[in-house]
Amino acid sequence: MKKIIISSIAGLAVVAMIIAACSKNITGQTDNLAPLSPADMDINAGNWKPVLLAAPTDVEVAVPAATNTPDYVAQINEIKSWQKNITAGDRDIVKYWSAGAVLRWNEILRTLVAKHNLPPYQNDDGTYPFPSAANPLAYPQFPFANPPYAARAYAYVSAAQYDGLVSAWHYKTLYNRKAPYNVDSSLNVLIPKSSLPSYPSEDAVVEGASVEMLKLLFPGDQDFIQQKAEEHKRARIISGANVRSDIDAGEALGKAVAQKFVARARGDRAGAAAGNQAIWTQLETDCIARGEIPWYSLETPHRPPMLPLFGKVKAFLFDSLTAISLRPGPPPSTSSQQMKDETEEIYNFTKDDTREHYRLVHFWADGVATATPPGHWDAIAAEDFITKNYSEVRWARNMALLNMALMDASIVCWDTKYFYFNPRPTQMNPNIKTLTGLPNFPSYISGHSTFSGAAATVLGHLIPERAAAYEAMAQEASLSRMLAGIHYRSDCTTGLTVGKNIGNYAIQRAQADGAE
Amino acid sequence: MIKKILICFIMGIPIIGLAQTDIDAIMMEKNALCIGPMYGYSSWKKYWEGDLKRENLNLGTVSTQMVGLMGNYGVTKRLNVLFGAPYVITKASAGTLHGMKGVQDLSLFVKYAIAKQKLGDAIFTVFTIGGISTPLTNYVADFLPLSIGLHSTNLQLRLMGDYQLGKFFVTGSGTYMYRSDIKIDRNSYYTTETHLTNKVDMPDVASFNLRAGLRSYHLIAEAVFNRMVTLGGYDITRNNMPFPSNKMNATTAGVNIKYTPSFAPRLSLIGDGSYVIAGRNVGQSLSIGGAIFYVMDLGRKSKPDTKNKQTP
Repeated sequence: MKKIIISSIAGLAVVAMIIAACSKNITGQTDNLAPLSPADMDINAGNWKPVLLAAPTDVEVAVPAATNTPDYVAQINEIKSWQKNITAGDRDIVKYWSAGAVLRWNEILRTLVAKHNLPPYQNDDGTYPFPSAANPLAYPQFPFANPPYAARAYAYVSAAQYDGLVSAWHYKTLYNRKAPYNVDSSLNVLIPKSSLPSYPSEDAVVEGASVEMLKLLFPGDQDFIQQKAEEHKRARIISGANVRSDIDAGEALGKAVAQKFVARARGDRAGAAAGNQAIWTQLETDCIARGEIPWYSLETPHRPPMLPLFGKVKAFLFDSLTAISLRPGPPPSTSSQQMKDETEEIYNFTKDDTREHYRLVHFWADGVATATPPGHWDAIAAEDFITKNYSEVRWARNMALLNMALMDASIVCWDTKYFYFNPRPTQMNPNIKTLTGLPNFPSYISGHSTFSGAAATVLGHLIPERAAAYEAMAQEASLSRMLAGIHYRSDCTTGLTVGKNIGNYAIQRAQADGAE
Repeated sequence: MIKKILICFIMGIPIIGLAQTDIDAIMMEKNALCIGPMYGYSSWKKYWEGDLKRENLNLGTVSTQMVGLMGNYGVTKRLNVLFGAPYVITKASAGTLHGMKGVQDLSLFVKYAIAKQKLGDAIFTVFTIGGISTPLTNYVADFLPLSIGLHSTNLQLRLMGDYQLGKFFVTGSGTYMYRSDIKIDRNSYYTTETHLTNKVDMPDVASFNLRAGLRSYHLIAEAVFNRMVTLGGYDITRNNMPFPSNKMNATTAGVNIKYTPSFAPRLSLIGDGSYVIAGRNVGQSLSIGGAIFYVMDLGRKSKPDTKNKQTP
């Protein structure tokens, strides 16, 4: 028996050693970033053209206290007290947030989208419940952050951050209050020093604008959002980057600017995009009247089409007539030989489900419980923006250009989808089995292709040396939808072209906003 | 004598369920090799989304078929090496999702009888079993429930006790399974938070197995009870798809029968069935399987005596 016990102990020791040797420690791509240390402060960004504000002075920011007042000295002392009792946890949040405010809030938004990108489960009677903004925590939770919803969320948050920062830069240069470490040289600083005036705090502008927008977009996640906001503000004080009045003024400015975007969002027609039974039936009837086979849901029970009226949402980069003019011509008729051939092509792709096909399909799928294709393109952009050491205001501007293009791409794409109401390949040939989930909306044009065409165009303008790489990614994302068996070639090629056209509107804006 | 490794696909997780081989008390004699093909079929219509039992009309019945080759070699009477590798095919009866197929993982186990003790008329034997399983191909793990496996490399350590009194026996064991990270085709995914990486931390798994029944030369019949607990992981959220690092727990009950005909003592026929009686983030699988094994003596002195190729 003694032998048994000894052997068991030896066995357990071996297991313990193996586990210790193979300790699982996975680091995320942006876990260990260096602090943002902009090469160029873009000191004249107060003159850049905002998206919604008429002028950077639309929101007033009060004159700050002078740095020789007791009030200001007390604020410096607050930093010193924090630093005296600094914990490992404090250092972690300083490290996290010093990578960049726009970057981190974009990541937070991607997290919220992924969490909420789940189609509601059906009711017992075979109908589907809709999330309610008034009761966001009840099932199905609000929102269902599907691709159009997500595209709109990314655009509003990015544009609000950008306008807030343009205004902040105006006041920074106007009041020119130095950063605390440039006032008190004895102050310990945990981030790279900068010559940029620190009032109002650019970080707090981004935080305030984001929090205010997210109250509208993700009203059920306030605990998580507020916790991030508190950490962000605290990180800036602990690090010595800002005194409390920099933070307070910045946050108030960010919130006030965001409120203008909230007002726009409430009137942008997205709230009515889900439609109703009469509209869903009308889409089908109209399509039959045109002599075409209408799309129907291949889910059981049949799910209403996703956001059929999203095509009516107010775009950022162009007016509603332009949006309609960007709609492409019709897909091949469902009774045409071309449609038969294209369906056959997709069937053959799905029969040939090689490992490489799965890799491409799953890399670009961005389906349920992900940040959606717009979020994927934000991640691609962020990865490159990190290497550019942009100022916060340029980060925000570039993200806003990208995300406004992505939102407008979703508007034109959804308008096209419901204008033609074209069936998916599996509806035309039920033998087509898909390598990823089949989206519950019409086929023509491919959302991934439209998003990718727009994103690659904007990013290629912002970072010209990567233009060919972005174009290749867009082509791959587009192709992946054919390999997956969920789109025809026409959906994809036309989608890329439409996306590119929309991206060009963002480039026109970029060339005229004063930042180039 | 080897029986077979029945890999029950429970929402993609390969648990060595009603397996014998590495989880029973049967040993091959020195130089004896027992080898043969196996077939298994497993399917579920209902599954647990976290604690909630549900069906999915867009999957219908999810089925897994597998064929494999299994073997058990007696290095010595007390030390056996066991191996196996299956080819797996999955399919969903409803919805549009494409089924998958391919060669899955190679399993290799070493079973060692470390102590044997007479307790009156009974014999008590203690075994330690170490095992590794590792993917043989670059199959897709992140397409549950249709993936053919989870693609982690697993190290297992098991302590097992066997009590035999005449023809009756009881075997109990506890297993700790360490699972390596896996890589998926995406470079970002959300569990309960965002992960900006293509690596997935796979929580380890503990399991407990109790089996009892009759054991004689011609017939082994046993009832098996297995409890698998994932040590970590998270629940599938409402109406979400499963993910490899979910908390997959399962309590399984089943029976195994092994028959060795007297006219062909080198052959044995195996049949088994099992059902998941409780679970979390797994399918409620009903699994059946069968195998045919043949014993050969690889020793220099080839003796046709197979009567005593098996202990205890």
